[in-house]
Amino acid sequence: MTRTSSPAPRAVSEVGAPRLLGEHVGVDLAKHVATFGAMPAQHRVKRGHAGPLVAEIEHSGLAGRGGGWFPTGRKMHAVVTAARTSRKDPVVVVNAMEGEPAASKDSVLVHRNPHLVLDGAVLAAQAVGSSVAYVVSHRGGRSIGTLERAVEQRNARGGDPVELRVLAAPARYVSSEESALAQFVGEGIALPVTVPPRVFESGVRRRPTLLSNAETFAHLALIARRGSGWFREVGDPSGPGTMLVSVSGAVASPGVIEVPTGTTMRQILGLAGGTTGAVSAAVTGGYGGAWVSAGAAIDLPFTVAGLRDAGGTPGAGVLVVLPTDACGLVETANVVRWMAGQGAGQCGPCRFGLAAVAQDFAMLSNGKLKGTGLAGLERRLGIIPGRGACRHPDGAVRFAASALQVFGDEVQRHLSGHCSAGRRTFVLPVPSEKVTLPVERPGEEWR
Amino acid sequence: MSGHIVTIDRIACDGFGTCAQLLPERVILDEWGYPLIDPTPVQGSERQHAKRAVNACPRLALRLEKAPHDAPAVRPTARR
Repeated sequence: MTRTSSPAPRAVSEVGAPRLLGEHVGVDLAKHVATFGAMPAQHRVKRGHAGPLVAEIEHSGLAGRGGGWFPTGRKMHAVVTAARTSRKDPVVVVNAMEGEPAASKDSVLVHRNPHLVLDGAVLAAQAVGSSVAYVVSHRGGRSIGTLERAVEQRNARGGDPVELRVLAAPARYVSSEESALAQFVGEGIALPVTVPPRVFESGVRRRPTLLSNAETFAHLALIARRGSGWFREVGDPSGPGTMLVSVSGAVASPGVIEVPTGTTMRQILGLAGGTTGAVSAAVTGGYGGAWVSAGAAIDLPFTVAGLRDAGGTPGAGVLVVLPTDACGLVETANVVRWMAGQGAGQCGPCRFGLAAVAQDFAMLSNGKLKGTGLAGLERRLGIIPGRGACRHPDGAVRFAASALQVFGDEVQRHLSGHCSAGRRTFVLPVPSEKVTLPVERPGEEWR
Repeated sequence: MSGHIVTIDRIACDGFGTCAQLLPERVILDEWGYPLIDPTPVQGSERQHAKRAVNACPRLALRLEKAPHDAPAVRPTARR
């Protein structure tokens, strides 16, 4: 998988001190305790009850850093309520998959401070009454080894009040979708399932499941130590704290940067060493996110509400800047082709629809699409969203549709067979494709 | 206003198209043969009709579900 190399993360005094990435502690538990303090003692609550930490997290305003930006405290409450009504003990799952090719923040976080993530998993598990927390990452990724060594260190020092288990899941984009991850932990099959029920009420082995992104658990571990008031001291009041942003493309030093939420794109790019020349647009949120025009978005806060007007989204903190010598349509065609192959192949509108959209985009990028073809592409983009079991098709379509909006002038040029870009290499990373066969499902051959 | 809505299990659906034949007033097929469903509640006599389509689905993917009070349970199919 292509990744931007990740040098030491930066957060300069201009935007405040980093919280998660300031120290590189690694797997050394003693050093972790010396740096961040011991994990606060907590009792595991009885089934259907919420520990005091749940209210603290709710007050903190912590929102999910995996891209959904859903209030974590509310999610924890929902899990507790589901445990009470279903009379099943909940399960905690940490999503450290990072399937997003342009993202590297979770692997950087795990590499630098794995115990923050693990502390968060243990604390959250106790607070919702779970006896086990699973940490899932990509098979073959470097995070797996780091997490395993970190858990060994903890076990050597007496272990945790909650069982921590590290699991390696297949490196397919859609594997990190929440219902796919829950099914993977329970049954070993990393494929999305039909919702509802959502995982908070019926996830791993039909238990209520608290599933959140690795960064979210790391913030939770610090809130448990320092309190909700401390957490709210920085960042945008509607979703406070700091956030990790994976910045790449036309910047002088690409990598992961920690900034308070609400920091503008201009400031973030400044922290990444500034742009390396004229830029036209940027990918926000990842390949299920959206293009924004650089001019429209540069001074907007990099938040859900801030980017909305420009059609963007922070997603899981992804920002890729496009230099003016690159063609947004050519880049999009490459990404959409890859995204079409990254689905689970379970739902027709996604399986066939994304393939058709990818083909349309390939023709558009080659200057072979005509006006009627463009109308067909737009019609397809209109009917695919909302018609998969998961949101994979919605994200891919949003990305593709945003390209038509942001690169409207370039679309006209391509329709007449021209492209204004001089660049011959791709800016947006796309992993080299191993064989992505549609997944065999039981009963499929019967037809 | 409560009522029932036609929903579909997208994973189970294999695009047989039976629903579009039996319930054309609510279901049309896209260019790949998969159903596009009217998300509004099913009214009165239409309900029997919808039930027949649900029972005839070869993949048991079509459902008639109680509509939630506020919003339709299915996400809107058009977004632009």
